[in-house]
Amino acid sequence: MAAGEELTLSSHIQHHLVNAKMCTVDGSVAFNKACAEAGFWTWNIDTLAYSIILGVLFLWVFRNAAKKATTGVPGKLQCFVEMIVGFVADNVKDTYHGKSKLIAPLALTIFVWVFLMNLMDLVPVDFLPSFAAFVGENAMAVEPGHVYMKFVPTTDINLAAGLALGVFLLMIGYSIRIKGVLGFIKELTLHPFNTKNVPLQIALIPFNLLLETIALFAKPFSLALRLFGNLYAGEMIFILIGAVGLAQLPLHFPWAVFHILVITLQAFVFMMLTIVYLSMASSDNH
Amino acid sequence: MNLNATLLGELIAFAVFVLFCMKFVWPPLMNAIEARQKKIADGLAASDRAERDLALAQDKAKDQLKDAKAQAAEIIEQAKKREAKMIDEAVHKANAERETILAQATAEVAAERNRLREELRKQVAALAVAGAERILQRSIDEAAHSDILDKLVQELN
Repeated sequence: MAAGEELTLSSHIQHHLVNAKMCTVDGSVAFNKACAEAGFWTWNIDTLAYSIILGVLFLWVFRNAAKKATTGVPGKLQCFVEMIVGFVADNVKDTYHGKSKLIAPLALTIFVWVFLMNLMDLVPVDFLPSFAAFVGENAMAVEPGHVYMKFVPTTDINLAAGLALGVFLLMIGYSIRIKGVLGFIKELTLHPFNTKNVPLQIALIPFNLLLETIALFAKPFSLALRLFGNLYAGEMIFILIGAVGLAQLPLHFPWAVFHILVITLQAFVFMMLTIVYLSMASSDNH
Repeated sequence: MNLNATLLGELIAFAVFVLFCMKFVWPPLMNAIEARQKKIADGLAASDRAERDLALAQDKAKDQLKDAKAQAAEIIEQAKKREAKMIDEAVHKANAERETILAQATAEVAAERNRLREELRKQVAALAVAGAERILQRSIDEAAHSDILDKLVQELN
């Protein structure tokens, strides 16, 4: 039965790594395996739901603190929120020297939102999926094996890529707003090889364009893949640990403790790099 | 793991969250923080100022106390001087009065003595004349011997 057990284990892990999907097939809503052929227009409803719930939670808490914000002695919630806001504001002030009302709130949103989504990683891997399977089986008559749930949104490349795409669009937007279309094109074509010799410069333009374009696209790619890769790997380890029965107890704890660092660090790195990229996009000197 | 429409959904959610944060979360929090920072800075400045004012006031009070002491000493000094002067004047006046009274009394005494002496002399002269008259009543012609009598009177003087 060794082969069978292995199969069960690998299918268990496989099962944990599949998103709950929703799509429309022939004009009607379909879920999960029925969406295998739906292509791009498939929605990972678990990622969307958890990320939006966490985002709303973040904004709700911070909005409450902001509404009650007093210039006098702050309450405990306000202290906590102001600590985070102050931390983000300091980082933005140190790194971004332009004048923009968007950068700081953007950084705050990224930091707290990504942190909360990463934090979901600390929820034991079977809690929420088992609950979902229970509900699916009893309330919707779905086979437990056909209920999928990935409850850490940052382990979904779509979320990481969505954030990175947003940052990328802002980078382009800031580049054009600060330097103009021409300035942006110049930045892409006249660097890093720059010479006063006009024919040589013209000859160098294709190389420059190639290099600069790669450099430009590498930023959002690295941003998305770093977050996704770290969290996906972490989640994978949690799933593996969760699959080894009682032996998981001494294993799970150190990994979870270590993972607290990863969770915070990845949120911070994503925020910091966003600020740095936007700072680079809005500074004239290359 | 394939990219799908979720990406667009997350992009939209991201944009909405950031905009909400920019409009409704960041400004009030930042305003509160900055206002409090200003308040604290003002408070510290005010406390500094108050400390300086206190030091100034203390200096001023010390100066005033010194002035008051000096003034009091001066007044006492003046009073002492005046007292001495008044006593002096009184002594002088009393002395002068004594001199006057003494001189007057002496003069009066002298005048009285002179008057009495004159009277006495006249009486002695008269007595002498009367005695001599009696002794010499028969022998002396008053008219013939008046020159001797005058001489006598002069001698008595």
